[in-house]
Amino acid sequence: MEYSLLILITPFVLFLLLGLTGHKMKPNVAGIIGTTGMALAAILSYTIAFQYFFGVGKVDGVFQQIIPINFEWLRFTDNLHIDLGILLDPISVMMLVVITTVSLMVHLYSLAYMHGEKGFQRYYAFLSLFSFSMLGLVVATNIFQMYIFWELVGVSSYSLIGFYYTKPSAVAASKKAFIVTRFADLGFLVGILLLSFYTKTFDFATLTADNASLVVNSTAGASFLGLSVAAWATALIFMGGAGKSAMFPLHIWLPDAMEGPTPVSALIHAATMVVAGVYLVARLFPVYFFSAPEVLTMIAYIGVFTALFAAVIAITQTDIKRVLAFSTISQIALMMAALGVSGFGGHDGLGYMASMFHLFTHAFFKALLFLGAGSVIHAVHSNDMRDMGRLHKYMPISSITFFIACLAIAGIPPFSGFFSKDEILVAAFHHDKVIFYAILVSAGLTAFYMFRLYFNIFWGKEKTYTEHHKPHESPWLMTFPLVFLAILSCTTGLFDFSEFISPDKMPFATHIDWTIAGMAIAVAVIGITVATILYAKGSDKPAQMAKSLGRFYTATLNKFYLDEVWMFITQSVIFKMICEPIRWFDRNVIDGSMNGLAWVTQKSSSAIKGLQSGQVQFYAWVFVAGSIVIAILVLFCKV
Amino acid sequence: MNILSLFVLVPLLMMLFLFASKNMQQIRTVMVTGASALLVLAATLTIMFIQQRAISTDEMLFVDSIVWYAPLNIAYAVGVDGISVVMIVLSSIIVFTGVFSSWNMNMAKEYFLWYCLLSIGVFGFFISIDLFTMFLFYEVALIPMYLLIGLWGTGRKEYSAMKLTLMLMGGSAFLMIGIIGIYYFSGHATMNLLEIANNLHIPIEAQRWLFPATFLGFGVLGALFPFHTWSPDGHASAPTAVSMLHAGVLMKLGGYGCFRVAMYLMPEAAHELGWIFLILTGISVVYGALGAVVQTDLKYINAYSSVSHCGLVLFAILMMNQTAMTGAIMQMLSHGLMTALFFALIGLIYGRTHTRDIREMGGLMKIMPFAAMCYVIAGLASLGLPGLSGFVAEMTIFVGAFQHADLFHRILTIAACCSIVITAVYILRTVGKILYGPVQDQHHIGLPDAKWYEKVSTVGLIVAIAAIGMYPFGVSEIISNSLLPIIEKLTI
Repeated sequence: MEYSLLILITPFVLFLLLGLTGHKMKPNVAGIIGTTGMALAAILSYTIAFQYFFGVGKVDGVFQQIIPINFEWLRFTDNLHIDLGILLDPISVMMLVVITTVSLMVHLYSLAYMHGEKGFQRYYAFLSLFSFSMLGLVVATNIFQMYIFWELVGVSSYSLIGFYYTKPSAVAASKKAFIVTRFADLGFLVGILLLSFYTKTFDFATLTADNASLVVNSTAGASFLGLSVAAWATALIFMGGAGKSAMFPLHIWLPDAMEGPTPVSALIHAATMVVAGVYLVARLFPVYFFSAPEVLTMIAYIGVFTALFAAVIAITQTDIKRVLAFSTISQIALMMAALGVSGFGGHDGLGYMASMFHLFTHAFFKALLFLGAGSVIHAVHSNDMRDMGRLHKYMPISSITFFIACLAIAGIPPFSGFFSKDEILVAAFHHDKVIFYAILVSAGLTAFYMFRLYFNIFWGKEKTYTEHHKPHESPWLMTFPLVFLAILSCTTGLFDFSEFISPDKMPFATHIDWTIAGMAIAVAVIGITVATILYAKGSDKPAQMAKSLGRFYTATLNKFYLDEVWMFITQSVIFKMICEPIRWFDRNVIDGSMNGLAWVTQKSSSAIKGLQSGQVQFYAWVFVAGSIVIAILVLFCKV
Repeated sequence: MNILSLFVLVPLLMMLFLFASKNMQQIRTVMVTGASALLVLAATLTIMFIQQRAISTDEMLFVDSIVWYAPLNIAYAVGVDGISVVMIVLSSIIVFTGVFSSWNMNMAKEYFLWYCLLSIGVFGFFISIDLFTMFLFYEVALIPMYLLIGLWGTGRKEYSAMKLTLMLMGGSAFLMIGIIGIYYFSGHATMNLLEIANNLHIPIEAQRWLFPATFLGFGVLGALFPFHTWSPDGHASAPTAVSMLHAGVLMKLGGYGCFRVAMYLMPEAAHELGWIFLILTGISVVYGALGAVVQTDLKYINAYSSVSHCGLVLFAILMMNQTAMTGAIMQMLSHGLMTALFFALIGLIYGRTHTRDIREMGGLMKIMPFAAMCYVIAGLASLGLPGLSGFVAEMTIFVGAFQHADLFHRILTIAACCSIVITAVYILRTVGKILYGPVQDQHHIGLPDAKWYEKVSTVGLIVAIAAIGMYPFGVSEIISNSLLPIIEKLTI
């Protein structure tokens, strides 16, 4: 399966081609070249997936890790070297399919959405770079390769968030996204260093083999500040994942990242890059499970807290992309929580499977939601839901596809989200009841805020649209991806995921637990009903409720002031209390002492320069005086 | 004739031709021809070196020695290992690109004369294996700096030139003492580095004060905290190509010297006293980065960033294992290329906007897209983006340093790792401020983008940065093989 390398090479070549010569091409040509290349990569991924899952992948009922290509790129020591290669196993093959599919849809959609934008070629170049990096990330054979591509997706994301670089808010958002994730990556890096120091390897296969016995044995007995070294290492690596996957309290960059073009948000900040953290934990799952179960518990609680926290904030936001951003945070947190509650082996691995399942289904319906939102924004030229209303009659395709996605994310059968969320709930139910109920609540909130969004955009009160700005349905290049993704949102839930993905790579059987499913459906229906009552016709009730909640409402509207807290830390603490004093210290103390030294030299030399005056009388006088002094001294000493 | 001596001879010939040349056209021809010749020579040397390395087990290749002053055993002795070859390649790239970045200098003839003299010093230093000759070339490299900054600089140039020269001369004084000490305590038989290291032994009592003297002497040039303050002022006042050469190559003389003289000749003292300097370099790394965050002058930002990056070089050298030291040399190479790129671009921007204050600029991406794109690439290289040279060097250092058996060293490594976040902060702050956003100053609209000669300089550097970043294996292999003899001595 060496040809899997083509999946990586294609987008990379496209990036170089469009990046270096794009400005000489016609915009459309660049767009079409990019899209065709992506289509090629997608087709290759499908072949790989088909070949892997239904052919070479399974030996004796167990899925194998296949490494068609691996070469040494940089050697540190004999044991530690960065290899670049391709690792095919169930989760990486699944990710290949997800990434190329969503990326292809976004490429197509952007042909129309970004039409006429300045820098169209640059946009496609960066999309290719992103696709390349993301694909390289998921097929990484070792943790350092993952780190390399991890940084590369960070930079592509930075460039695409800041695509409208003349807009100060976009520049600030891109900077924030990069720095916050960089800070998290510091943890990732230190975690890698720590882990490799003990295990002497970066290789995923070696690290996870035999129930991660290498990690368990090599770190046995080592502890630091009361926590085992394995826990430190895995927790620090998780920090990297938490940064990319926007876990509390590192989630602050994601809502701002919505400054980027909407298709970019769909691809990077909903479907692919932001799930990299989940993927990282899944990739190292045996290490977490066997060497540091306490970290896994921590992940579960951070996940479920983030899920609730983000869902609460999503309720009050009025910028439609921000609602979706918080919803993304919440959904990814569910995937994290699912990993946290997962066991290992057989049916115990349900949480792991559910997490990957939800990642899979979420990628399509969330991309659909974003692209739908983009279609609306394209029509109304605003991000704010208060400028929208009754759009259903102007843009029926967008409305219907958006509705399907809302049903999917709310967890209504038979749409895809229902199945994956149900598995998460079952896994949580058997592990920890607190987490189970918290997820249930967040599911209800999700249903509520999604339908609040839906009704506010497509129903509610009609707004006055100016005559030549009458909203209209988007062109087919935009509606086709919507319809395609809508079909996926209806069907992907029907996959029997546990047949393909499990932590020990052995398929197991799952069935829907109808008591839990019933509770989930009930909660979702309640959420939807409340939203319908409040928003379907447009009424004053929401405003009254907001008023009665008072402080709490303001706090959620302001995202619980976390941005302000971080702002305070960076501006007041780091800038004013560390960097400024260092600048002062450097100028005045260190440089001052150098200048002081020069000053002393200068003064003392000018003080004694009079001695060399050239006046013979003065010399004679000094000579005589000196002789007398010496004579006196000699006499004095003799006595 | 030994190929190594050509590196000194070519700039010398360039100086002769410069004397004879009459107009700008001729001066440029001489410089471009000479610099290209150096570049070709460096490439040839690399190829020859790789061929020779395969068949020879000598520590140094192309060794040659001509007695120069017998009573003190001073010889013109040359020889290279992989590390010097890498440094020579770096120098020739920077000398080459520097010529294009000083295309329109006034008093060009005099300027380029000093420029060539500086090159002689730099190349001579890297090829020498005789302590005295090394010191001689070191001084030859430093003196022209004073005139280049004092005459062609901007701002408080006299003050900066004086400060830079005096501080570096202060370092030289320590160095002089160190070198004489090494000569006497090793039995005043030879000044040849190889012979001292392999056949003679300096008593540990003497090493205890000779090591700090030499390390400090070279460390000043490597911007070791707290002797780094010449760097911001010096760079800020220096003309573009001089900044490039200075940060790109001259600061490497410091790191190379620390490594070649202090560590190589006095391994015992390095083990005993290394920790003192390790703390200082650790401070350099973080302190320099934090210092860069609040600067507003582009050159100051870059100077402090250099303090941080060069601090990492010395930091890694002191970790005394093969991986970290390989990283140190790669970091010298990488930092040399990317600061040169930075300074070339800052010079380009300053030449058009007449300001280096980031508060007075904005939206340059729209005005000069080519230069702005290059600046972004330089920034990304500096903050360690994979695929560019900075990442490879930094990761080699971090991984190598973290393999140290001692917990204290590992904790220091984690502290040094923090610089990757701070670097991202100041790089993105600068890039966001000057390149993106709306145009700040209406007078900047319509300023021309990079000219062809500026493109030669920046593209050349970017190609080198990307080449190392994408294919680090070759460079890392050459360096780490050459380190083996040194590591052997250090592990005793």
